[in-house]
Amino acid sequence: MIHSTIAHRGFMSPTGVEITFLLVGLATLGAAIVTVTTRQLVRAALWLVVALGGIAVEYLLLTAEFIAWVQVLIYVGSVVVLLLFGLMLTKAPVGHSPDADSENRWVALGVAMVAAATLVWVVADAFRSTWIDLHGPGGTTTKVTGAALFRFWVLPFEALSVLLLAALVGAVVLSRRRRAETPPPGTGPAPVTRGRDA
Amino acid sequence: MHLVYPAVLASLLFAVGLYGVLARRNAILVLMSVELMLNAVNLDLVAFDRWLSDSLHSGQALTLFTITIAAAEIGLGLAIVLLVYRNRGTADIDRVTGLADPGRPLGGDSGGAPDSDPATDTPDDEKAEATA
Repeated sequence: MIHSTIAHRGFMSPTGVEITFLLVGLATLGAAIVTVTTRQLVRAALWLVVALGGIAVEYLLLTAEFIAWVQVLIYVGSVVVLLLFGLMLTKAPVGHSPDADSENRWVALGVAMVAAATLVWVVADAFRSTWIDLHGPGGTTTKVTGAALFRFWVLPFEALSVLLLAALVGAVVLSRRRRAETPPPGTGPAPVTRGRDA
Repeated sequence: MHLVYPAVLASLLFAVGLYGVLARRNAILVLMSVELMLNAVNLDLVAFDRWLSDSLHSGQALTLFTITIAAAEIGLGLAIVLLVYRNRGTADIDRVTGLADPGRPLGGDSGGAPDSDPATDTPDDEKAEATA
């Protein structure tokens, strides 16, 4: 599709992959901004789906196909569902909630602006003349990724599975209701509170 | 592809996530913003992996590890948020001021803010639960 030779490299002549990357990136960034600014909590989670899916498309454009499908499976498939369950279980308001942002919103905006300006300046200055050769050798198909993962990264992989198990057990222990804990006698509202939560 | 495109996109996504972490009040929205920041880092890792294209494929392996750790983090974070909601009756992070400086109560915490001692956490929990 694209023949990105040396002569065609430059900001003024973007390739088709770059244009696609830019458009998907703009959609992703817009969805992310809506995610952090909307006043409706459930819509924030749904816009997060758009942002994470856009990042998956960017992975595909960077020829990292396995990472893209893992992104779709884990983030879009499970993390967003977990977040929606969390919103549901904490009885988040479904409609417009005016106090979704705290009072230090403008301080946060300033910090984010400064961080964005600094990062973009540093990154653009450092990688001004760096190109990724998307058509060269080293294409990362799923086979290549799997071979690298299970040949060179086996020990971190197994350690990570132990970490996942520990996190699973920790989450179960944290969210389990304690049976031995009885409501303190004599306090009136406490059983009512427990009954409402149960 | 020019490397600036994914790098700048990742930087902007990171800044958006930073704004969300600092500005949001609901703890679950803060977790969503953390996910955005982690995804920005993942995008950088994949882009640099494709640029360097080393034989170990370090960037993609680290991306997979980051995704796994993010999944563990979101599970534990939601468990903690649910526990806080069950004990305090709220998921707003600026109303959970049990460990705050008692000289200056931050939010409208109804109980336990003036006498909140970090050493006596369980009685504070009980008190907040009773007043919730």
